[in-house]
Amino acid sequence: MRKFKEFVIEKLILLCGLASIFFVILIFLFLLKEGLALFKIESPLKFLFGKSWYPISEPPRLGILPLILGSLLVTAGAAVISVPIGVGCAVYIAEVAPLRIREVLKAGIELLAAIPSVVLGFIGMVTLVPLVKNMFHLPTGLTALSGSIMLAFMAMPTIVSIAEDALYSVPKTYKEGAFALGATHWQTIWRVMLPAASSGILAAVMLGIGRVIGETMAVMMITGNAAVIPRSILAPVRTLTATIAAEMGEAVVGSEHYFALFAIGIVLFVISFAINVTADLCLHKKQS
Amino acid sequence: MGKIVTKHLHLRYGDFHALKDVNISFEPKKITAIIGPSGCGKSTLLRVFNRMNDLIEGVRVDGEVLIDGRNILDPLMDLVALRKKVGMVFQRPNPFPLSIYENIVFGERIHGDGASRDELDGIVEHSLKSVLLWDELKDKLHASALSLSLEQKQRLCIARLIAVKPDVLLMDEPCSTLDPQATARIEELMRELKHSYTIMIVTHNMQQAARISDDAGFMLLGELIEFGNTVQIFTAPQDRRTEDYITGRYG
Repeated sequence: MRKFKEFVIEKLILLCGLASIFFVILIFLFLLKEGLALFKIESPLKFLFGKSWYPISEPPRLGILPLILGSLLVTAGAAVISVPIGVGCAVYIAEVAPLRIREVLKAGIELLAAIPSVVLGFIGMVTLVPLVKNMFHLPTGLTALSGSIMLAFMAMPTIVSIAEDALYSVPKTYKEGAFALGATHWQTIWRVMLPAASSGILAAVMLGIGRVIGETMAVMMITGNAAVIPRSILAPVRTLTATIAAEMGEAVVGSEHYFALFAIGIVLFVISFAINVTADLCLHKKQS
Repeated sequence: MGKIVTKHLHLRYGDFHALKDVNISFEPKKITAIIGPSGCGKSTLLRVFNRMNDLIEGVRVDGEVLIDGRNILDPLMDLVALRKKVGMVFQRPNPFPLSIYENIVFGERIHGDGASRDELDGIVEHSLKSVLLWDELKDKLHASALSLSLEQKQRLCIARLIAVKPDVLLMDEPCSTLDPQATARIEELMRELKHSYTIMIVTHNMQQAARISDDAGFMLLGELIEFGNTVQIFTAPQDRRTEDYITGRYG
């Protein structure tokens, strides 16, 4: 009887494990089936590098270059803001902060991660957007820059917590060795700790960026959603994610527009996948 | 007067009295060994001389420690200068995760003011030659230091120290992770280095202390029980506890 119970439980757990893979495969197949259908009508090159996105004109023009550039611009901006601050914060928490401040900061970072993105987007819309508008004397504050700043807040918790972990796991003997040679605390951090933790920090940055590029709600609310090739970071842009979210509701099932939105999904999937694999390789390198 | 002298040295971690009234004097250009069972405070004593105990919270040190006549426990002591002068080799070899070359020029990079490429190359060659690693490593200076064998790593750590031109070398069980052959070679190196540096070694390998040291001290429960010439300590110890330890009755 006991053996039978063991058997059933074992198989049930196996089933749970398989289910997750099974659903991923299903989702992936569905995405491919719907997305690839587009390429019967439109060439992949024209889709990826076409300069205009007018999905409901006649005939529809389905070039996603403006959307790709929009996503890249917002992401790059967010990375430029969040990486130095995030890594700096991680160094402070791991190396400099007294115990009590460390606890407070870590709790704060976790809290930041817990804010729903729609709330962040809303706050950004009423505070950040007017600020950007007035500061740069723009006709509208709904710009790539606003999106970048908001997304930087979202990437920060990921970057800080993983980078802090990487710094914390640097062997203490390295630090002692550097101190014993007469290095100051800062020299020790800069010349020994950061290089030793570099692969973990790189992984932190990649995962932070992965979070940013997949983010939808906040960017949709504050980047202006203009599907044109951005001339500067102070122009409105539209991202890949926002396009799908905004248009899926009104696209006619089975139309070119509908298939094109799924094809955008494939592009996003490929980008996220590449970023996650890179992050994984970085972390793996650290362990070996 | 010795190179390094301690007077009424006490050290406490919170309530724990780790060093009790240690009075000792180390002669220049000699190897002095500190022996004793684990937990007797010998590593703690070693770490007083380059103030590494400062890294631990809640440590209080009282008394005087004079190096070349200067009290290094002075709160105004320049720790960077002290640690340049008093270098340390650790129990586990701890080369930085950088290239062999960068490990050796680390000291120059943090203390120097932009030495030229030629000067750096010179430092690397001289330091590696003094630890007898030059011939083995001269063709792979830019390989990672983590790829070396344990013995090579420990030699590299000594080379890294020599590059900052210290006076005193503190060695905290430098051979405890090495095999007997490697240990013998490191001991040979220490005899070589004795001509230029004042060396202090902590070890719980009594044979090692007997082989390489000129003077030796025996510690027990935070106290320095006996200190003197190595031959005398090992052949005619004055204190009963020292005799019990070196004859293997405990420890």
